[in-house]
Amino acid sequence: MKKAAWMAGCALALSILGAAGARAETTLRIMWYSDGNEGEVMNDLLRRFEEKNKDVKVVLDQVPFKAINETLPVQLASGQGPDLARITDMGGLAPYLLDIRPHVKDAAYWEQNYGPFLQWMRVPGNTTAIPGYMTQLTVTGPFVNKTLFEQAGVAMPGANATWEDWAKAAKAVADKVQAPFPVAFDRSGHRFFGLAVSQGAQMAETGGELKPVDDGFKRAAKLVVDWHKSGVMSKELWGAVSGTAYRGANEEFKNAQVVFYESGSWQTAQFDKTIGDAFDWVAVPTPCGPANCSGMPGGAALVALKTSSHPAEVGRLLDYLASEDVAAEFYARTLFVPGHIGLAKKGIAYKSASPQAAAALKVFGDAVGKLDPVAYRIQGDPSSRIVFNAAISRLGQVVVGETTLDDAYQRISADVAQQIAERKKKQ
Amino acid sequence: MTDTMRSHGAPARGPSAAAAAVTTGSANALMRLTDPPMRAVQRLIGAARMPYVFLLPNLVFFGLFVFLPIGINIVFSVTGGTALFPAERPYVGAEHYARLLDCGSYLEAASCREDLFWRGVGNTLTFTVFQMVAMVLFSLVTALVLNRPIRGRGFFRAVYFFPVLLSPVVVALIWKWILQRDGLLNAVLTTAGGEKILFFVDPGWAMFWSVFVSVWAHMGFYTLILLAGLQAIPRDVYEAAEMDGTRPWRVFHRITLPLLWPNLLVVLVLVLIRSVQVFDEVFVLTGGGPGTATMMVVQYIYATAFANQVQNFGLAGAASVLLGVVLFVLTLIQLFLTRRRAS
Repeated sequence: MKKAAWMAGCALALSILGAAGARAETTLRIMWYSDGNEGEVMNDLLRRFEEKNKDVKVVLDQVPFKAINETLPVQLASGQGPDLARITDMGGLAPYLLDIRPHVKDAAYWEQNYGPFLQWMRVPGNTTAIPGYMTQLTVTGPFVNKTLFEQAGVAMPGANATWEDWAKAAKAVADKVQAPFPVAFDRSGHRFFGLAVSQGAQMAETGGELKPVDDGFKRAAKLVVDWHKSGVMSKELWGAVSGTAYRGANEEFKNAQVVFYESGSWQTAQFDKTIGDAFDWVAVPTPCGPANCSGMPGGAALVALKTSSHPAEVGRLLDYLASEDVAAEFYARTLFVPGHIGLAKKGIAYKSASPQAAAALKVFGDAVGKLDPVAYRIQGDPSSRIVFNAAISRLGQVVVGETTLDDAYQRISADVAQQIAERKKKQ
Repeated sequence: MTDTMRSHGAPARGPSAAAAAVTTGSANALMRLTDPPMRAVQRLIGAARMPYVFLLPNLVFFGLFVFLPIGINIVFSVTGGTALFPAERPYVGAEHYARLLDCGSYLEAASCREDLFWRGVGNTLTFTVFQMVAMVLFSLVTALVLNRPIRGRGFFRAVYFFPVLLSPVVVALIWKWILQRDGLLNAVLTTAGGEKILFFVDPGWAMFWSVFVSVWAHMGFYTLILLAGLQAIPRDVYEAAEMDGTRPWRVFHRITLPLLWPNLLVVLVLVLIRSVQVFDEVFVLTGGGPGTATMMVVQYIYATAFANQVQNFGLAGAASVLLGVVLFVLTLIQLFLTRRRAS
């Protein structure tokens, strides 16, 4: 009897130890940046995931966007890094992304709903990897200060207006109401290409060599430079800093200093929150150029990284976050355009959005359908960021009169060729 | 009662005496603890080699955090690609150096293959010249004023030194706030009936404010060096000059300046080295703009290595080595001047 009791005690102790071992926590770290409230929303979703998955703890490390762009690539190149990260340069970081296909429950669901965007995250030649999902799809487009138009008594151009129409109208408004920024573009190559694609830029590859500067690019560059010369654009954005530095005009727009602001869908939530009823603002369809009325797609993806020691848990987490219900809640609460095909078709109920924000999201949602295939190809090109950066750096010099457009075209081509050649050098 | 107290006769009282007793006690305990192993080491290697044992911790520190990175940087400068580990990088020889030095004319950045590097060099030179002149001039004038028996001298010394204690980033952010379109200075200008000036859009203004802010932030340190030099000049020299009826300008020119010259040389060389290395303040203040008007060499290195899409560590490494050579020469000059002064 005593022996039996002793054995039973041992068995109980072993089972307790075993259970404790099975519950040992795996900690996953996510490097995350936020434009608005998405960090807060993601934290809520992660806590719910942890409740359902007691063996996994997820830490959301919130960092500035600059850290994602500059620190993360160095970490990954050195073999260090978090388990997951929210990134925008999907093509550039593709070699470091982990394929979670073996760890997701239903790969077909992923292909069906995230398929077109998964290709942005894959290394050239790979057509099967599932590295992550889109936390948001973005599309470039303009915001307009409607109140300034009303105060100036100038009519807003219509749906199919050209860039020149908007520039003329915005200048007229700014002159009347003394606004310092008639037209403002974020200092970003991506935003510049929103204009360039509509002007016919192709960024095509001929004979294995990327040609960043073509006729469409030149038309867009000339427009930007001419606008700076005529006062339609202020040098304070594109001219005031050097190199590839990003400079947004969102603060100026919020302070009612900008008439027409070319940015993108991701600004909607913060404008909704910060502008309030200070003035009326609207998102308008991307103006047309000679080629089309397309902007540039883009977005941010939450991706798994090869530096993770827990691929199965990472796959489980991404499966949860990318599931339709969870993704729908995330898009709805963050006021993001969905990067999920099924949800985009069904439509997202943005319950927390004001009428202005809801209208803006409708405009951007419609703009997704008008995106030119060239814009998708450019965004997915692994060299796109190299071209964007070279363009913004050199055009910034032209804007302040340091160099000429012709010289800038040569420099952009040389910069891009040199960087691509450097990237190809292997041991 | 400690040994120290005994040696001074009557024991000291109060918190400072207690603190001294604790410090001395701790030091004695530490010495008792380290004495046997040190003696053992000395028996093993001989007394002549003991200085190296004491130097070892610092040598290890410098080796790991200074010499090793310099070595790695040189390796990067002769290898290419985007891999981070030297072993994974292909050897490219002097390719990066050749690229940096490939110029039609070194006086025309646009004629250079790596034009941004040469724009950085040109901007750094401009910054250095203006910064050196302004820094030495203002530090000297301030030191001369603070050396006089003026009311509130201690207060003013503290005020001029205060910016030195601030982080360069904080300094730049404060001035950015003052100088931006809707900043304090433009508010003052418009209140006075003037027009707003876009300081960061005009290359001349941007360079002016870069130099100004740098001088404002660091002048206190150099003033202190010059003030120490002024106070070391014997009073009787001035008294003799006064008795001879020498005019103030002649006193300054013939007595103060020559006797202060060693300190001035140190200040000049220190300012020169610091100006060549300038990055943080100017980067935060102007972002290198407008265009590339205030982009310095160090910013070029930073952008090439980290901010560009393809992180070209090799090219940045080569530019760092070239900058390092310049700084090494400047440091040698400083050492030479300091030693000559000491001898």
